[in-house]
Order: sequence, then structure tokens, then C-alpha cells
Amino acid sequence: MGRSMSQISFQSVSRVFRRGSEEILAVADVSLEVADREFVAIVGPSGCGKTTLLRMAAGLDFPSSGSVLVGAREVAEPGPDRAVVFQQFALFPWKTVRENIGFGLKCRGVPAAQRNAAVDRYIEMMGLQGHENAYPHQLSGGMQQRVAIARSYALEPEVLLMDEPFGALDAQTRIEMQEELIRLARVNPRTVLFITHAVEEAVYLADRVAVMTRRPGRLAEIIDVAPVRRAEAWEERPIEEVMDLGSFTHLRTRIWKMLRDEREAKAEAPRVTPLQRRKAGP
Amino acid sequence: MGGAVAADVTAAQGARPARGRRRGAPGVVELGLLSLGGFAAFFGLWFVVARSGVVPARFLPAPGVVAATFFHLTHDPFAGYTLQQHLLSSIGRFLMGFALAAAAGVPLGLLMGWFRWLDDVVSPVFEGFRFIAPIAWVPFAALWFGTGIGGPILIIFSGAFPPCVINAQRGARLIEPHLIEAARSLGAGHCRMFAEVLVPGALPSIVAGLRISAGLAWQSLVGAELIVVSSGVGYLMVQGQSNLATPIVMSGMIAIGIVGFLIDVALRAAEARIRRGWAGA
Ligand SMILES: Nc1ncnc2c1ncn2[C@@H]1O[C@H](COP(=O)(O)OP(=O)(O)OP(=O)(O)O)[C@@H](O)[C@H]1O
Ligand SMILES: [Mg+2]
Repeated sequence: MGRSMSQISFQSVSRVFRRGSEEILAVADVSLEVADREFVAIVGPSGCGKTTLLRMAAGLDFPSSGSVLVGAREVAEPGPDRAVVFQQFALFPWKTVRENIGFGLKCRGVPAAQRNAAVDRYIEMMGLQGHENAYPHQLSGGMQQRVAIARSYALEPEVLLMDEPFGALDAQTRIEMQEELIRLARVNPRTVLFITHAVEEAVYLADRVAVMTRRPGRLAEIIDVAPVRRAEAWEERPIEEVMDLGSFTHLRTRIWKMLRDEREAKAEAPRVTPLQRRKAGP
Repeated sequence: MGGAVAADVTAAQGARPARGRRRGAPGVVELGLLSLGGFAAFFGLWFVVARSGVVPARFLPAPGVVAATFFHLTHDPFAGYTLQQHLLSSIGRFLMGFALAAAAGVPLGLLMGWFRWLDDVVSPVFEGFRFIAPIAWVPFAALWFGTGIGGPILIIFSGAFPPCVINAQRGARLIEPHLIEAARSLGAGHCRMFAEVLVPGALPSIVAGLRISAGLAWQSLVGAELIVVSSGVGYLMVQGQSNLATPIVMSGMIAIGIVGFLIDVALRAAEARIRRGWAGA
């Protein structure tokens, strides 16, 4: 397995959606390489095409032009080598927590005893003990999200594709999950493409943070976090300490500003910026 | 506390049509009383009309006479069998035809929901056949099967088949696309997709279809029995008619109504149970 090779590769990817006679350019000429065992976060305004990018890596959507490669092969269909955590959880309502988490392993043909052991491990990791036999609708949003995460982790995939996986969690659980993800990444590094709205989360978790522009989504900039993280040994420190470091706040503020500039540059009519107000004046 | 619970329940019911009590809608007791009132009015009117002599007793027997005949039929054989035996033979045919329709229709509908090309192939033919009333198959049923078991089954099948297909197809089509995508990403093959995603996802719709299908099957059956068999409630009614025994005909009608009602109640309960299991309402 080529360790140095890039695992996920977007090559001049564009995606046009057709809605009636209207054509929507959702993703415009995005080129992005995610190295093997690298953690890349994508941040950007709502509707800028983050989910679309992730779906193309998952094989659930396809580029209108350009190509998407995973492990040097053009993505043709979804598969358990690329586990997806969906923005909307996508838990099977007719399956219990245990059955949902074990589904991927069952598809792979893992024998029941072994499967149960693995499921138990992830149930404990996600703090879902006592809810093994509950159905998704009986759980809170945050718990459902943890089931969805456990379902992907249980597959131990080469590539993890996570679409705002912590979006529905309360602040406390969210921090626990972030630390857990960092811990997992250290024990068992994987290639991760991680979408989030939370800039702090992106900086804390990712080796690199890709910032996207408003629709049509392009890559505005890629910020390299890994050197700083390694130099200051973020992994060794508790999250609140990391978030207080000067280097962390510096990176976070830089990305925030980029996103805000992005929003103001192309703000729509209702969001009047000082500049526009001046222009609109008599 | 109570308020919060109520809010949760409504939230859990989500997009499903509100089946809750409307403001001022009757409770269980009131509902029971109202139904009883309806029956009382119906039988009262019947009694008065029959008793007044406006309509000759031969055309409209009085409720008391029908009740007595009904009771009589339960232990004195008529047209070869007692009422229960006739019913049993009808129910047997019903079950066979209905089971066949479900066994063929539900998988076909699911496949049509999954493979669009199959839908495109089958739908036009199906849409044509769907509007042929079950009773219209009687000539062919008699021609092909004579008085054998095949005739009524063909007729029941033609009534029961369409709702099975339509509801299974719709159920499969309306499954949340994310769930199918998730299953594919988790490595589900075709068989597992069918067994563990498509069938359970479409089940509420399938069961609703089975309920409609059972009702139509039961209706079609009695039509079939009027013509092609020598036992069953329909046959009992035909024999009653040829003997000018209107109370017997009416007893048959009442038996049909009761059994049909019971079938519906049973399937309604099954449907409610499945819906509850699925979305937790
Ligand atoms: N199937 C589709 N048909 C038509 N338009 C689509 C489709 N999927 C996405 N789009 C459009 O493409 C754009 C990008 O959508 P996408 O879901 O990738 O955004 P996003 O960055 O994930 O947003 P959010 O942060 O709100 O989740 C949006 O404008 C959306 O309306
Ligand atoms: Mg999205």
C-alpha cells in the first residue's frame, strides 16, 4: 500500500446540478490532495459544496468534469473502504443501536460473536451503554449522531468521510468526541476528510484545513496546521489548553477572517455591509 | 412535564398525517355509543319499513325473521352445509387467493420500486389490467378451471393483486434515499439491501396495501362464489335466492359483512402495530 501516495485526490473537480432549466455550479474546479493517513478538514459557508465534495469521494455523486480518485483508483461506486458519516445520520429506523452499528460488519460477513464484541467496544467508546437495544427514534439527536459515528468506526475503514459529524452534539459531548477522534487518529491513523462549520474544531483536529468560497465553491486557501501541532505537541495536551495557545488562536482567527471576508465580499442584498451601504447612498 | 411529553410525541409523529384527536372529536365511550346509535337507527328503520307492509315480506324480510334464520343456519345445513361450514370454505379460498396475491404482488412491487426499468416495462400492462373488475374474470375462471379451486382463486387474485403491487412499489420508492446510500456505503449487496433496507423500509406501506388487498379479496371472493363453486357463503346466497328465501340471502350478507369487518380489524391492528414499531408514535 503506497503510504506516501495521496489517498483521496480531487483533480479539477466541478459539479453542475440541474434544477429545471437552471444550472447550478455547486463545485468549481477544486483540486485537493489528501495524503495517506492525513486528516483534512473542509470549512466554508453553507451551500458552498462541502457535502457535494464528500459525496463524490464516497461514490454517491460524480463530478461533471475532472476526476476523483481514492487510493489511486477513480471512484465508481460507494464501498465500505470509505465509511461515511452523513450529515443527517441516516440510521436505519427499524434497526436497534446494536444492529445499526453492526450492519457494516454483517455485510462484510463477520461472524456474530466477533461482530458483537466489536459492536460492544464501539458502544462503550461512544458512551451508548444501556441503549444497545433502543431504536434511533428513542434517542436524542446527539446520541443518534454517536451511533452513526460508531457505525462507521466499526468498519475500521481506510478512509473516513465525515460530514459535520459533531454538529448535533452538545458542547461537552462534542469536546469528548473531538478528543476521542484525536486519540483514535493517534492509535490507528486513517485518512479522514472532515467537514465542519466549526473553525476551532477544524484547527484542533486537522492536519490541514481547506477553506472554501461561497457558491460556486472553490478552494480559497489551504492552511497547514500539522507543523504547529507537531511542534507544540497538541495531542499530548487537553483540548482547552490547546485552544488557549497563541498559535491555535492565531490560526483560528485567520480562518475566521477568511470566512468573513468571503461572506462580505459576496453578501446578498439583505446583508448590507458598510461598503454596500455607502454605494447604495444617494 | 406533561407538556414536554406531549410535545415530544407530536415531534416523533413528524411528517406523518396527523391522526390525533381533533378538537371536540369523540372519545372511545362516545364513539361506542355513536356506533350503537347508528346500528339502532338502521335496524329501527328496517324494522319499521318491514313491519309497515309497504314492502312485501318476500322482498324485505323483517330483522327478527333474518336473525332467526341466521341462528337456524348455524346448526341446520342449507345447500349441503351449515353457515359456519360455508364460511370456512369461503375463508379457505380467501386465504389462498390473498396469500398468492401477496406472495406475487409484494416482491414484484418492491422490484418495480427498486429497478426503474422493470417499472417502465410492467406499469403500462399493469395499469390496463388493474381496471378490469375481478368479476369480469368469471367467464374465464369457469372456462379454464370449471368448478375447481382455481376459478375463485383467479378471481380473488385479480382483486387482491393490484394494491399489493402498488403499495410495495410506492413504499420502496419513498424510502429515504440517505438510508439506501448509507447501506451501499456500508457494503450491502443486493440481497441484503432487499431484506434489510427495502422490505423494512417499505413495510408500513406494504401492510397498508395488504389491508386494502384483503378487503378487495373478500369482496371479489363472494362475487366468485355466486357463480363458480358449490360451497361457500356466496353459494349459500345463490341457493337461497333460487328458493326465494330472502332471509337466507340476508343472513349470507350479514355473515359476509361480519367476516369482512373482522379481517379489516385484524389487519388494521397489525398495521398500527408496525407503524408504532417503526416511528415510535
Ligand atoms: N441534488 C442536488 N440537486 C440540485 N442542487 C443540489 C443538489 N445537491 C446539492 N445542490 C446544491 O449544491 C450546492 C452545494 O450543496 P452542498 O450540500 O454540497 O452544500 P454544503 O456546503 O454541504 O452546505 P451545508 O454546509 O449547508 O451542509 C447547494 O447550493 C445546493 O443547493
Ligand atoms: Mg452539507
